[in-house]
Amino acid sequence: MSWRRTVAIARKELIHVRRDPRSLLIALLLPIMQMILLGYGATLDAKHLAVYAFDRDGSQTSQALLKRFQASPYFDLVRTVEGYADLTAAVDAGRAKLGLVVSPDFSRRLAEGGTVTVQAIVDATDDNTANLAMGYAEAVIGGFSQDVQLAWLRRQGLPDRAAAPPISVETRTWYNEDLESRNFIVPGVVALVMALVGALLSSLTIAREWERGTMEQLVSTPVTAREIMIGKLVPYFVIGLVDAALCVGFGIGWFGVPFRGTVGTLLVATALYLVVVLGIGFVISVAIPNQLGASSIAILVTLLPTNMLSGFAFPIDQMPAPIRAVSYVVWARYYLTILKAVFLKGSGLAALGGPLLAMVAYAAVVGTVATRAFRKTLD
Amino acid sequence: MADPAVAAGGLTKRFAGTLAVDRLGFTAATGEVFGLVGPDGAGKTTTLRMLAGVMTPDAGSATVAGHDVVRDPEAVKSRISYMPQGFGLYEDLTVDENIRFYADVFGVARAARDERAERLLAASGMARFRDRLAGQLSGGMKKKLGLTCALIHTPRVLLLDEPTTGVDPVSRRDFWRILYDLVAEGVTVVVSTAYLDEAERCHHLALLHEGRLLHCDTPARLKAGMPGAVVRVTSPAPDAVRDALRQAPGVTSALVVGDGVHLVVDDAARRVPEVRARLAAAAVPCAEVAAVAPTFEDVFVAAVATSGEAGP
Amino acid sequence: MSDAAVVVEDLVKRFGTFTAVDRVSFDARRGEVLGFLGPNGAGKSTIIRILCALLRPTSGRVRVAGLDVTRAPEAVRARIGYMSQRFSLYDDLTAIENLRLFGGLYAVPAGDLDARIRWAVEMGGLSGREHELVGTLAGGWKQRLALGCAVLHRPPILFLDEPTSGVDPLSRRQFWDLIHHMAASGVTVFVSTHYMDEAEYCNRLALIDRGRLVALGTPGELRSAPLGGTLLLVECERLGEALAVLAQTPGVREAAVFGDALHVMVPDAETALRELPGALAAHGLRCERIEAIAPTLEDVFVHRVGTAP
Repeated sequence: MSWRRTVAIARKELIHVRRDPRSLLIALLLPIMQMILLGYGATLDAKHLAVYAFDRDGSQTSQALLKRFQASPYFDLVRTVEGYADLTAAVDAGRAKLGLVVSPDFSRRLAEGGTVTVQAIVDATDDNTANLAMGYAEAVIGGFSQDVQLAWLRRQGLPDRAAAPPISVETRTWYNEDLESRNFIVPGVVALVMALVGALLSSLTIAREWERGTMEQLVSTPVTAREIMIGKLVPYFVIGLVDAALCVGFGIGWFGVPFRGTVGTLLVATALYLVVVLGIGFVISVAIPNQLGASSIAILVTLLPTNMLSGFAFPIDQMPAPIRAVSYVVWARYYLTILKAVFLKGSGLAALGGPLLAMVAYAAVVGTVATRAFRKTLD
Repeated sequence: MADPAVAAGGLTKRFAGTLAVDRLGFTAATGEVFGLVGPDGAGKTTTLRMLAGVMTPDAGSATVAGHDVVRDPEAVKSRISYMPQGFGLYEDLTVDENIRFYADVFGVARAARDERAERLLAASGMARFRDRLAGQLSGGMKKKLGLTCALIHTPRVLLLDEPTTGVDPVSRRDFWRILYDLVAEGVTVVVSTAYLDEAERCHHLALLHEGRLLHCDTPARLKAGMPGAVVRVTSPAPDAVRDALRQAPGVTSALVVGDGVHLVVDDAARRVPEVRARLAAAAVPCAEVAAVAPTFEDVFVAAVATSGEAGP
Repeated sequence: MSDAAVVVEDLVKRFGTFTAVDRVSFDARRGEVLGFLGPNGAGKSTIIRILCALLRPTSGRVRVAGLDVTRAPEAVRARIGYMSQRFSLYDDLTAIENLRLFGGLYAVPAGDLDARIRWAVEMGGLSGREHELVGTLAGGWKQRLALGCAVLHRPPILFLDEPTSGVDPLSRRQFWDLIHHMAASGVTVFVSTHYMDEAEYCNRLALIDRGRLVALGTPGELRSAPLGGTLLLVECERLGEALAVLAQTPGVREAAVFGDALHVMVPDAETALRELPGALAAHGLRCERIEAIAPTLEDVFVHRVGTAP
C-alpha cells in the first residue's frame, strides 16, 4: 500500500469537503443544530401543563386547592370556566391538558370531616404526558388532602401523627438525580448526530465520483481499492471526532449535562463507533453509485434504527422480545449504552467490557466488508 | 520489428444480451497514432475500457505496454494513461491541485512533476490558469488539462476516448499537434473518434461498426482499396442532377449535398464524360464534374455495404 | 413578398462589457440550408438563440418568418422547430408518446395531431417500432424521431444543433435526405456543427469567429476562395525533423503534421514544388512525394478563423 497515494486521496477529499458548501453544512452546522433542537425540544418531562378549572364551589378552600395547582411547576392554571361544556371544549381543542371540576359541596363536606372527590379530565392523546399529568395531579391533591386532614385533626385537638401514613418511601435516584430527561437525551443526540453525519458524508464519497465521471479515470490508475477507501474515510473520521467533541462540549457546557467518566473511554468508544458508521456509509456508496440514492439509504439505515431501536427515545427493555432481539443488531445501541454510562455513571473501560466488545466486533465486520466491497472495475 | 505497444485478439464484451464488442483484434505499433473510428454504438468506448483494464473482456485478451490486461491489469495501469469521454478532472480542484493529485497517484517525483507541469502547461497556453478551479475552464482548456494530467507521468501508451468530440476544428488541430509531438517522443496513442474525417490523421486505423471490425489499415490504403471512385457534380439544381443520373450506367449512388451531388461510380475516367453528356442532354445546369478523392465517410459506407450489413 | 425567410441586419449582442455578437448581417432564403461553423464561444449559439427569440438583441434588426423577434417573440417561437444535440427525447417513453408530448408542447391542433404523428412515424421509418421505448432505439432512429418531434407543428424555420453527431454514416445520409426534402418544400433550415463532413450538406456556410461573420458562401465557393496560398502534401521520412526544417524555410507560411505526411501552405506553388525537396535534402531528408492538394473545408475554416483561446 502506497502511503503517498493514500495521502493524495485524503488530501483531495478534504479539499472537496472544504469547497462543497453542503458537506460543510452537514459536517459543522448540522450537529449544533441537532443538539439545540433536540436538546431543547426533545423533552420527555412535563412542565407547565395547561389546566382549566370549573369551580362550582367557589369557596376559600377550593380556591386554595386551585392555587396549589398554580404554584406547582408542573401546572399552569390558565383559566377558570363557568360551565362543564366550556371545560370539555377546552380539553377537546387542546387548550387544556387537564380539566378540574370541583363539586359545589367541596368545602362543606371537608369542613364536616367527610370525603370529597375532585374530578380530573386528562387529555391522553399523548399518553406519556397524560400519565405524568395524572401522577402530578394526584400528588398535588394528595398533598392538599393531607394538609386538610392535618388542619382537621388540629381542630379536633388530635396529634399530627395521626395524619401520617404508616409507611413512607425514601427514594434515591442514582445517576440522573434531577430526573432531567435532557441528561439522557443529549448523549443520545450525540450518537444520532454522528451516525447521521458520518454515514451521510461517507455515503456520498464514492457515489459522487461515479456521478461526475472521475471514478472511471481513477480506477485506470495504479491506486488500489484499499488506498481509496482509507484515503477517503480518514478525513471523515477526523471530522467525526471533531463533531463528537463539539456535541459533547456543547452538551456539558450549554445544557449542563454531567460528565463523570474519562475522556479516554469516550475516545475509544467514539473511534469504534465512527469506524462502523463510516464503513457502513462507504458500503452504501459503493452499492448505490448515485448521490441521491446513496444519501437516502444512508439516512434510512442510520437515522431510523438509531432513533427507534438504540434506546435513545424508547427504552429497549420495554420492547417486545422480537424487537428487542433486533435492537442487538443496531450498533448505536452499544455506543449509547457506553455514552450514558460514561456521562452519568462515570464508568471506565472495565465496566463497559460487554458493549465495547460488541463494538469491536461490529467494527471488524464492517471494516472487512468495506474493504472487499469496492472493486476497481466498471463491471 | 519491435513488440507492438498494443496487441488485441478476439476481444468480446456483452451487455445484457447485446454484443458491444465482437471478436475485435488489431495491433498498434510503438510510436504511432492508432485510431478506433466509427459511429456511436461501434464499441469504441468499451474497447478502450478493456484496454485500460477497467473492464474485463468476456472473451479474448489484449497486451498493452507489455502486460496482459486480463491477467495483470494493475501492471498495465502504471504504464498507461486513460482519458475517458467527458472529463476525468475534479471540477472543484484547481489546475495545480489536479496535476498534483495525478502526479501523486502515479508516483512522480516532485522535481519531475514541477518540470513536466511547467512544460506541459506552457505548451497548452495554460500557465497563468494554475490557480483556477478546473470547473471554470473553457471546454478546450479542460481537455488540455486532462491531457496534462494524463502526461504528468510518462505513459507508454495513451488511451483517449473521443477527445475531440464537440471541439471546433481549430482546437482540434491544436490537439492533434500535441498528439503528433507525443508520438515523436515514442508514446503510442490509441484514440477513438466518431468524426470520420479524423481518420485521415491516424497512422493506422480500425474501422468499427456495431462492435465489429470492418477494416484495419493505413488511411491511404483504405481509400485506395475502396471499390469505385467518387465524382463531384457542382450544380445549382442538385435534385435535377440526381434524377438525371440515378439510372445512369456505372453510377452506384447519388447523394445530394449542399452545392451539388456526390456520386459513387465504378470507373471515374470512363464515367465523368458520360455524366457530363447526360446532364447536358437533360439540360441540367452544372458548373463542374470532377473526380475527387473519396472521403472516409465514403470508405465507411462502402465497407459496411460489402460486409453485408445494413444500417438502421 | 421577399423570398428571405430570415433577415439579420447589424445584429449586436452584448453581455455586460463583453460583445458576443458584433454587427452580424446575413439573409436566409426560403428552402435554404444554412450552416453555422465556428469555435465554441464564438457567438454561434448566441446568434441562434436570438433567431429563436430566446435572447433579445442589444441592437440590430432580426426578422424571422416575417416577424420581428423583439416585437413578437412568442409568435416567432411558434414558427420555429428546434432539434437539439443528443435529441432531448424521453428514453422511458415510446416513440408515439414522445410525439404526442411534443405535439402538445407545440400546441398542434387536435384535429391535425394524429395525421402529423402518422406522418412523422412514416417519415422516420419507425412504422412497426412506434410503440418501443425510445431508450432501446439505435441512434439513427432516435435522430429521425427527434426530427419528427421538432416539425410536428409545420414550422417554416428549423434549427438543427449538431444533428448527426455520432450517428453512423448511412443514417446520416438518410437524415440529410429528409432535410433536403423539407428544404425543397420551403422550410428554411439552420444547422450548427463542428463536423466538416456535415457542413458539406449545407447550401451555404456562415463562419463565425469572435462574434463576427468572417465568411459566407457555398462550400464550393469557400473552398475555392483564395487561402493566401496553395496547400501542398509532403511525404518524407522523419516527419518531426522535416516539420522543423520546413517551418524555418522561407516561402513556407504554415506547416503541420497530418497523419503520415505534412500539409504545407505556400504562397507560390510552383516555386515551392521546385525548392522544398532541395531544402529537405540539405538536411538529409529525402522527399518521397510532394504535390498540391485541394483544400478541405477544415483548411478553409482554420485559415479564416484565428486561434481558439
